[in-house]
Amino acid sequence: MAGILVLAEARRGELRDVSLELITAATELKARAGGELAVALIDATPERYVARLAAAGVDEVLTVRSPVAQFEPHVSARAVEGLIERLRPTLVLAAHSIDALGFVPAVAATGGRGFLSDVTALGWDDGPVAIRGAYGDKLVAEYDFPGKATTLLLLRAGTFAPAAAGDGGGGARVTEVAIELDGVARTEHGGYREVPAGDVDITKADFLLSIGRGVEEKDNIERFEELARRLGATLSVSRPLVDAGWVPGARQVGQSGKTVKPRVYLALGISGAVQHLAGMRTAETIIAVNTDPEAPIFGVAHYGAVIDMFELADELEQALD
Amino acid sequence: MKVVVPVKQVVVLDDEFELLPDGSGVDPDGIESELNEWDTFSLEAALQLRDAAGDGEVVAITVGDEDAEEGLLAALAKGADRGVRVWHDELQGADALAVARVLAGAVGRESPDLVLCGVQSSDAINSATGIALAGFLSLPHVAVVTGIASDGSALTVERELEGGLVELVRVSLPALLTIQTGINEPRYATLRAIKQARDKPMEVCSPADLGIDSAQLAASIGARRRRLAMPDRGGGAEIIEGSAADVAARIATIVKERMD
Ligand SMILES: Cc1cc2nc3c(=O)[nH]c(=O)nc-3n(C[C@H](O)[C@H](O)[C@H](O)COP(=O)(O)OP(=O)(O)OC[C@H]3O[C@@H](n4cnc5c(N)ncnc54)[C@H](O)[C@@H]3O)c2cc1C
Ligand SMILES: Nc1ncnc2c1ncn2[C@@H]1O[C@H](COP(=O)(O)O)[C@@H](O)[C@H]1O
Repeated sequence: MAGILVLAEARRGELRDVSLELITAATELKARAGGELAVALIDATPERYVARLAAAGVDEVLTVRSPVAQFEPHVSARAVEGLIERLRPTLVLAAHSIDALGFVPAVAATGGRGFLSDVTALGWDDGPVAIRGAYGDKLVAEYDFPGKATTLLLLRAGTFAPAAAGDGGGGARVTEVAIELDGVARTEHGGYREVPAGDVDITKADFLLSIGRGVEEKDNIERFEELARRLGATLSVSRPLVDAGWVPGARQVGQSGKTVKPRVYLALGISGAVQHLAGMRTAETIIAVNTDPEAPIFGVAHYGAVIDMFELADELEQALD
Repeated sequence: MKVVVPVKQVVVLDDEFELLPDGSGVDPDGIESELNEWDTFSLEAALQLRDAAGDGEVVAITVGDEDAEEGLLAALAKGADRGVRVWHDELQGADALAVARVLAGAVGRESPDLVLCGVQSSDAINSATGIALAGFLSLPHVAVVTGIASDGSALTVERELEGGLVELVRVSLPALLTIQTGINEPRYATLRAIKQARDKPMEVCSPADLGIDSAQLAASIGARRRRLAMPDRGGGAEIIEGSAADVAARIATIVKERMD
């Protein structure tokens, strides 16, 4: 029982960036965990990604050939069962991604394994130790996994720097692992629906004035749209305003919306949920305004103010008059 | 169509919450609670499927102490037919896998056509309980669903991926889905329905009643919390103090500087 298994991800012919972040996390822990670092990819054509996954520190790249062309949770679950049986790793690192969330909890549950999602830092203390948020990310908590032979951790994207992709010359062994996967799929892919283009492209804006649920009512949105216009900013929003049908989806910032990197991101009444941060944390200057001093958004903002966004709007409007 | 909806009464910290001195949790004075936002969407989806099918029932199940009954009552007021609450003090602080193990006992004996969980609970943010439950019950599953069309024996669902890309997926029943916000417009309960909710059937039971003993429960736990702390905001934000006018002036200055 030793070593670390990293589960890399690809979608529609492209390796997902988070795969290389997982490799960084694994190499940082490898010496203390003991054993080898193996990276596995389950895909219809896994060989396409082997060279890039053979990054420095990786001992073995494992390919598992999926009988279906797209990600399928039951196929992935069975494949990972097979890999765990073969390698008996202490630790399995996967991404806190939509695909991994669709099957890793089931693998952990049925095997009585250790498990934690949305992990933001890793350590070692006679076994793996992991840090994640608690109470809506207003607190942090540390976990261990006593008595677990194998622990599966889902790491938050964007927390570990991506490893330099392999260039095909690395020393990692490449092994094709045969796991019986025919007939394992229990869902059927029926195509993709692309994201419709919107009236504006918020990813092109230098200055975003972004509003969240703090705006309270649909009728208040027009006021902030006008304020944005007068400030020379583009209006963007958090997801609840899109869910409610108040603002078109093209204006949504975050994991399921757009990733933006403006010079200034002024966030009003946005709490700073992980999926929102995923879309804006690399903005050059983040200014957050929130009535709650413990709002997680203050953890990534450069400037913060604990005031009412409507009072701020009053003052900004007056100054513009 | 018989749909089971696991719902959670979540903890909301107020603006002035404090950690307990021993670090075991948060001072109850700083805690409020509400029905998990995601579960209002899964419940609505269940009610719509039941009503479209013209028969069947919606059963709301929660793993929680007496305070969690409020969430169950809210679900009953919105239209669920029946409630089940499972609790034992051993479950205090249970992680996603242990909760899923208990839910497996309660959901399994219902033999539903469909189980609808939320994608995540807003306090724990595990995003894991639903798919762990599907694992325990060996049910076909799809996570992060933003659309459901049913033909009675199979579903075509929309699965929301990163960047808002949607994948269409077909899955036959019985199945488990985790439901994403925005899939529908959750209804509000009428005052009358809120009063009548207390007259609907509500069963209270323990894991032991579901055939789950302490050893099985302990074996299912995926992680042990050993420390709880305020986040280290490190460099964190520079907090702009003063009146709203001061803040507005300072923000205007920062914006001007950065945009030049
Ligand atoms: C798979 C998945 C994908 C997701 N993708 C996205 C995404 O792409 N983008 C996204 O944004 N979310 C996304 N979410 C949702 C996310 O988890 C949060 O629910 C959402 O970001 C919360 O939006 P909010 O901050 O506006 O609302 P809340 O969390 O409700 O926060 C509102 C904030 O406003 C503050 N406030 C209230 N009144 C005022 C006032 N008068 N003045 C100042 N402040 C005030 C409050 O203190 C609070 O902090 C996703 C979730 C999941 C599960
Ligand atoms: N204590 C609980 N009782 C019933 N259902 C729960 C409980 N905890 C989580 N769930 C379900 O699992 C979903 C995801 O929660 P989580 O995995 O904690 O993020 C919720 O939306 C509920 O459907």
